[in-house]
Amino acid sequence: MTAMGDVRRRRIDELAARAGAVPEGEGGVSLTRSAFRRLRRNPVAIIGAVIVVVFLVVAAFAPLLAPRDPLAQSLLSQIRPGFIPGAQEGFPLGVDNLGRDLLSRLIWGSRQSLMIGVISTVLGVAVGMALGVLAGGLGGWVDTVVMRFVDIVLSIPSLLMAISISVLLGQNQYALMIAIAVTQVPIFARLLRGSMLAQRNSDYALAATALGVKKGRIVFGHVLPNSLSPVIVQGTLSLATAIIEAAALSFLGLGDPDLARPEWGAMLANAQAFLSVRPELAVYPALCIIVVALGFTLLGESLREALDPKFRR
Amino acid sequence: MTRRRTTRALAASAAALTAVTLSACASSDRDSAEGGEGGGESGGTLVFGAAGDPAMLDPAFGSDGETFRVSRQIFEGLLGNELGGTDPVPELATDWEVSEDGLEYTFSLQEGVKFHDGTDFNADAVCFNFDRWYNFEGLATSPSASYYYQAVFGGFASTPDTPSIYESCEAPDENTAVINLTQVTSKFPSALALPSFSIQSPTALEEYDADNLSGSEDSLTYSEYAMEHPVGTGPFKFDSWDRGNGEVTIVRNDDYWGEKAKLDEVIFRTISDGNTRRQELQAGSIDGYDFVAPADYDSLEGEGAQVLVRDPFNILYLGMNGGNVPDSGANPALKDVRVRQAIAHAIDRETIVNSLLPDGAEAATQFMPPTVDGWADDVTTYEYDVEKAKSLLAEAGATGTTLRFFYPTDVSRPYLPDPAAMFQVISQNLTDAGFTVQPTALPWNPDYLNAVQAGGADIHLLGWTGDYNDAYNFIGTFFAEASNNQASAEFGAFSAPEIFAALAEADQEPDPANRTEQYQEANRLIMDYLPGVPISHSPPALVVSERVEGLEPSPLTAEVFSTVSLND
Amino acid sequence: MLRFIVRRLLQLIPILLGLSVLLFAWLRALPGGPAQAALGERATPEAIARYNELFGLDEPILVQYLRFLGRAVRLDFGTSARTGRAVTTEFFERMPGTVELTVFALIFAVGVGIPLGYLAARRHGSWLDSTSVIGSLLGVAIPVFFLAYLLRLLFAVELGWLPGSGRQDVRMDATRITNFYVLDGLMTREWDAAWDAVLHLILPAIALGTIPLAIIVRITRASVLDVVNEDYVRTANAKGLAMSTVRRRHIIRNALLPVSTTIGLQAGLLLSGAVLTETVFAFGGVGSAIYDALFARDFALLQGFILMLAVVYVLVNLLVDISYGLLDPRVRAR
Repeated sequence: MTAMGDVRRRRIDELAARAGAVPEGEGGVSLTRSAFRRLRRNPVAIIGAVIVVVFLVVAAFAPLLAPRDPLAQSLLSQIRPGFIPGAQEGFPLGVDNLGRDLLSRLIWGSRQSLMIGVISTVLGVAVGMALGVLAGGLGGWVDTVVMRFVDIVLSIPSLLMAISISVLLGQNQYALMIAIAVTQVPIFARLLRGSMLAQRNSDYALAATALGVKKGRIVFGHVLPNSLSPVIVQGTLSLATAIIEAAALSFLGLGDPDLARPEWGAMLANAQAFLSVRPELAVYPALCIIVVALGFTLLGESLREALDPKFRR
Repeated sequence: MTRRRTTRALAASAAALTAVTLSACASSDRDSAEGGEGGGESGGTLVFGAAGDPAMLDPAFGSDGETFRVSRQIFEGLLGNELGGTDPVPELATDWEVSEDGLEYTFSLQEGVKFHDGTDFNADAVCFNFDRWYNFEGLATSPSASYYYQAVFGGFASTPDTPSIYESCEAPDENTAVINLTQVTSKFPSALALPSFSIQSPTALEEYDADNLSGSEDSLTYSEYAMEHPVGTGPFKFDSWDRGNGEVTIVRNDDYWGEKAKLDEVIFRTISDGNTRRQELQAGSIDGYDFVAPADYDSLEGEGAQVLVRDPFNILYLGMNGGNVPDSGANPALKDVRVRQAIAHAIDRETIVNSLLPDGAEAATQFMPPTVDGWADDVTTYEYDVEKAKSLLAEAGATGTTLRFFYPTDVSRPYLPDPAAMFQVISQNLTDAGFTVQPTALPWNPDYLNAVQAGGADIHLLGWTGDYNDAYNFIGTFFAEASNNQASAEFGAFSAPEIFAALAEADQEPDPANRTEQYQEANRLIMDYLPGVPISHSPPALVVSERVEGLEPSPLTAEVFSTVSLND
Repeated sequence: MLRFIVRRLLQLIPILLGLSVLLFAWLRALPGGPAQAALGERATPEAIARYNELFGLDEPILVQYLRFLGRAVRLDFGTSARTGRAVTTEFFERMPGTVELTVFALIFAVGVGIPLGYLAARRHGSWLDSTSVIGSLLGVAIPVFFLAYLLRLLFAVELGWLPGSGRQDVRMDATRITNFYVLDGLMTREWDAAWDAVLHLILPAIALGTIPLAIIVRITRASVLDVVNEDYVRTANAKGLAMSTVRRRHIIRNALLPVSTTIGLQAGLLLSGAVLTETVFAFGGVGSAIYDALFARDFALLQGFILMLAVVYVLVNLLVDISYGLLDPRVRAR
């Protein structure tokens, strides 16, 4: 254990230990199934799930749902400096400062924004898990090296980290995703390691070792699958963070250079200049970001409750 | 870490001590920002929102608007600009004569002028400055340090390979300075109205080691003079520069030789974000700002602010890389004039002018505004015609060709208020005509400028605001021969000897009427060759609050604050 | 206790060393390397060679790193390309602003968050409870820069109640001693200057403090609810202790432990949010300098600022750990 960020790490570890603990006395009902049952009874979880599913469906079927081409500057000729026409027939939410249909852009934007959130989180989870498995599974000096590295990364405030990486990789959406992913790696690495350590000392793992099962099989066959639930919880919560962080990086001018491609963060940043002319241009994308982030947060929090044995009463 | 005026600080804390008893209730008076320390006889403080920090305050090394915005108030040149116009007028020189051969200029100087440090302004001071520029050495001779000197005079004493058109300066008497040139040029003497040729105090220049530049060409570190002690003859004196907060303070020069400034103090405060500038004006914590977004003209006026629109004296163009820059990876299709014509026909200038630019903007037919002598009404024009663009492209066998389109972020220019919007509209235009656009966004300074000026883009957005009323200042800057028979890398180092010859000839033509015709011819040649697409001339604006009087907008963006007063 | 602190301090060393390696590698990984980063894209090969020689960049990488480390230890990060001044000077001139902002944001978050969370828990299920739960969820979901814009638009522009940018009115000719403007005003008894600086801090502090506020409300509420159900509270109640005594002696004290952890956590995270907040409010702190440097490609400043901020962050975390050790003896034992 090193000094810095103890408190922060302790929180991650606590979550790992709690959510990863083996359920006792569940009478044969699997962890996932009982968790799912609790989830279905929780109205908060339902709201979160509905929000998430609706946006995922919108993103998936954007080409079918969007009434217009999000790139077509249909009403450009009606735009004047200081004047943007409002909602009208065919443009239910009005148009942006270049005469493009706002509704269609929001719909297509969900695709881009969710994609950035999902890809960066998946990347962060994958790399973080790999590091966590390495550290937790192998232990010893590998554990020390990996965890030191994670500590160092944790010692840089996340937005600064993302900025440094964007500077390194240039301004494009891949850099954006990688930047956000990197800030998430340490969280998942610690989470998985902590939860694996808890599992390794559990009765069934010890029993398996005593029965002569190989170390690799124990790790991948038993310990890892049982360590996943905190990762799922944190991953859901991280999706919300990733979407908000993408908006922040767009605002700082580190987003996708193809401004025509709709993305909520970029739309919101761009709309600041027209707040006095058409506040809706900022309000709608902001609402989308807030609602989606809220959806993932609600879902994540209820997952946490559902998977946490402490809440199983 | 006491950064601000220590002497004054003492006085202030003394004053504060005496005021302690009152301050509890008086404290709220100043925070509302409208009071200032004005009222009564004093002229008050004007706070102006600048878009960026000055690079430094020695105009000889300046080339950016923010440096000039401040230094213009502190310094004067032999010539100045007509208030609100583009023509040069006498300033520190009362008048001048040119010899028959056009090589010897005799300036009669204003008498009884003193620099802010008490040094006399006289012919020796003038020659000291000219000799200072001519004798720059080392880093000071790099284009990033002395851009304007090199643009007007060419080389230095220390650079025999690049000859200078400056020969010598003589001071036959106290109030007469004679400048000798080696070559006739249309740039002289109007160029002397540029802030870079301000006459600075020889005493201060020497005392604070003004020419001592360090660092590197692209990141210069300036002298103590340029950062802390700029000394001129102007209506305002430098007071302080709080770099942490981006505030430059200048105060009235009570010993000014001409009509004294009305304001006590002007503070230039850097607020890089345009929305923040607007909101700060609306909240009353600044009195004015530059680079008003066209979208805000009406709403600001509706709230009682005064939007001061300058006459358009600029050009926005789409630069094209003709593909002769080695290793630039430029699209070779752009060497084909039909592809360049297709681009020109693809761009919908009318919509751009109407929808993106403020009232009073016009579509451009050539690379200079119509008010400059040498503008031709019969150049080849390229009307918006998507079908024609498509067929030209097909003819050239380049349908679907990919163009790397560079645009700047985080900046607003007088000719380009919203680069992102402009990029998106032109990009859509080009896509409609059958091009494939691959966007690259870079921060304006230094990345974007470096990249496009080195020929790194296929096409890019850039523009120019004129420095004085002269055709060469526009088209010469863009298309004059840069080296070995090639134009600048920005335009893909194309070779067009007839354009280079026409420009050189016109520059050296002493007769104004002939010169105008020659520049018109140059414009026709340029628009036939089409090294880029001229897009628009846009009237940039600055805005001041209701209580500001007497600020005259300048098409050169060269506003002076000495005529300004506050009306509370 | 002293041994605990010394041990913690010693454990900082590998972290800081690792950090320096990371940032050293970062500057070298930039397109064109440090010379190009410092000289710009147009730099000639000769200029790059000269620069490399000057800064020893042609030497073995280990020597270069040690040299970098040597300078970093002396807080020498070179000169900012944008302002031409020493990076360290810039940092220490701007850090007080960020510290002031962070402290105010924290005061706001704690001052509002704990009472609100406590009240929400006491009136579990009331409208106050549900409002604060929903509010705390929204507070985390709203992008900071958008909130900052809204606050400024409403309170600075439309209502004109509070200043919306800067650290102090530029017309205020205040004396600077420490560059903590509020402190300076108090020290020099320029009350109006201090008050003006406070007014300038309000909106940015609210924008920056909203996320921690939301989290503190949630944690306080959850932790009070947890404690209320603990056996010892029930016992105390059963013993017939007055409700106010139970609250004071048992509930609040025990509930605050997890809350204090959260506060410590947030203090560090605020440094991150400061970049966005300071940018929107044109607040002359470290964050806005980082934003400007980003666009001016001022790598020397970025490198120095990120390293120094990370050190501050690590130190804040250390302080949190130490104070946590003071609160909870179990931590010390480990």
